[in-house]
Amino acid sequence: MALLEVKDLEVYYGVIQALKGISFEVNEGEIVTLIGANGAGKTTTMQSVIGLIPSKAGTVSYEGKNITHVPCHKLVKLGMAQVPEGRRVFQELTVYDNLLMGAYTQTDKKLIKETIERIYERFPRLKERKNQIAGTLSGGEQQMLAMGRALMCRPKLIMLDEPSMGLSPLLVDEVFTIIKDLNAEGTTVLLVEQNAGKSLAISDRAYVLENGKIVLSGTGEELLQSDKVKKAYLGE
Amino acid sequence: MSFMSILIDGLSLGAVYALIALGYTMVYGIAKMLNFAHGDIIMVGAYAIYSILMLHVHPFIAIGVSVVVCTVTGILVEKLAYKPLRGASPLAVLITAIGVSNLLQGVAQLVYGSTSRSFTIYDFGTVKVFGAEIGVGTILTLIVGAVIMAALQIFVMKTKTGRAMLAVSEDSGAAKLMGVNVDKIIMITFAIGSALAAFASLFYIIRIPSTTPTLGSMPGIKAFVAAVIGGIGSIPGAMIGGILLGIIEQICKNTPIASYTTAIEFALLILILLVRPVGLLGKRRREKV
Repeated sequence: MALLEVKDLEVYYGVIQALKGISFEVNEGEIVTLIGANGAGKTTTMQSVIGLIPSKAGTVSYEGKNITHVPCHKLVKLGMAQVPEGRRVFQELTVYDNLLMGAYTQTDKKLIKETIERIYERFPRLKERKNQIAGTLSGGEQQMLAMGRALMCRPKLIMLDEPSMGLSPLLVDEVFTIIKDLNAEGTTVLLVEQNAGKSLAISDRAYVLENGKIVLSGTGEELLQSDKVKKAYLGE
Repeated sequence: MSFMSILIDGLSLGAVYALIALGYTMVYGIAKMLNFAHGDIIMVGAYAIYSILMLHVHPFIAIGVSVVVCTVTGILVEKLAYKPLRGASPLAVLITAIGVSNLLQGVAQLVYGSTSRSFTIYDFGTVKVFGAEIGVGTILTLIVGAVIMAALQIFVMKTKTGRAMLAVSEDSGAAKLMGVNVDKIIMITFAIGSALAAFASLFYIIRIPSTTPTLGSMPGIKAFVAAVIGGIGSIPGAMIGGILLGIIEQICKNTPIASYTTAIEFALLILILLVRPVGLLGKRRREKV
């Protein structure tokens, strides 16, 4: 049984159909990537799966349960977390308060404290800047904060929407290393990326999204070798 | 009147405006709507106190009942009138708020008639402060108002629910991703705003001990001006805007141009918006893509 299963998902913005019936699955322990150009429907897919935008048809299941119409705030309690596109950290709150917001669904104070310590270990910069207002952090630091914040709810499935966007090459490598580490520690990852080369290299499986449809799927290695992907996304 | 008594009176009136302005600003920040029925909650509170006092009970009971009645009214208005319009055009929400305002005034007129009802909560008497004769009610307003506002600030900054309110106000989508039930936070905001309005109502009728169905209109609109001057959406802004407006009003009222007081207040609003369109403490919101 897949951890996350999306079947024939259709999403409309007014009369415009953004997702034209897409299906994919994420198994426990995998890194699965959706790649595609701007406007292909990657972010729409992510937001629809987590219940931020409603779908018109199709189903989303998580751990075998139908969650298509479950509101976002309840999904977080079930162990899903999302790092949204553009990071969207709370600019006016401190780094520490941002992390506490990530633990909003958690009630065990001791566990929250432990989780914060673990996140400080993974992202030492966040510890150095814990009392700083998040809006004053650099783009890379904000990405780390967005990831740390999502990890505060100890998710089983973490969904990352373009975590490498707007970062310097060195930071991009760091982000991908962290994603690999998280996965090695047992977190299932659903990744959306424009950086096809780097994301396919760490993915177990991947899907190519074009104009609201999945046009190709396979293991990360297969897609890296595919002529279509090479031409359209790797610029070879 | 000495300057001292004008100042204390102004601060006290300012505290009333600030308490009302907080309701406008918090609802605007979190639900992104202008609740023009907020002023009428003051009227609801005043009639609640009036009705309970008719039963010849201790004023404290009347005050307690008024806070409960206002809070429940605020929650009901949000649930019945605004919640079904979540995601609708801002104009639809705005006109609904005006409709709710008319409805509340209409119900009050139906039940209590349109003539003014006079009553006294309690005769506090006066004291001498720095040689000026000042009503104890005025001083109590100032002190209790300050305590309530400090408590609100601590609640927002230090509690989990308060943090969630700030988060929703900044980015409700991201707050949902944290597991925040935004509808619940909006309801809590309306509850707090209406409870603050109940206290504002109490202090307002300590100043002028009578009520009519349109009692809430003038303090409501002035508190709205205060919220905009301070920067709508900003909690400290509403406090500063309210205090500023209260002091200016009392100073104007004690000069030969007293009859222009309201005009001067609105002129001040225009002036501040010309120089700083976001208000004194307002932040320019970056447009999200």
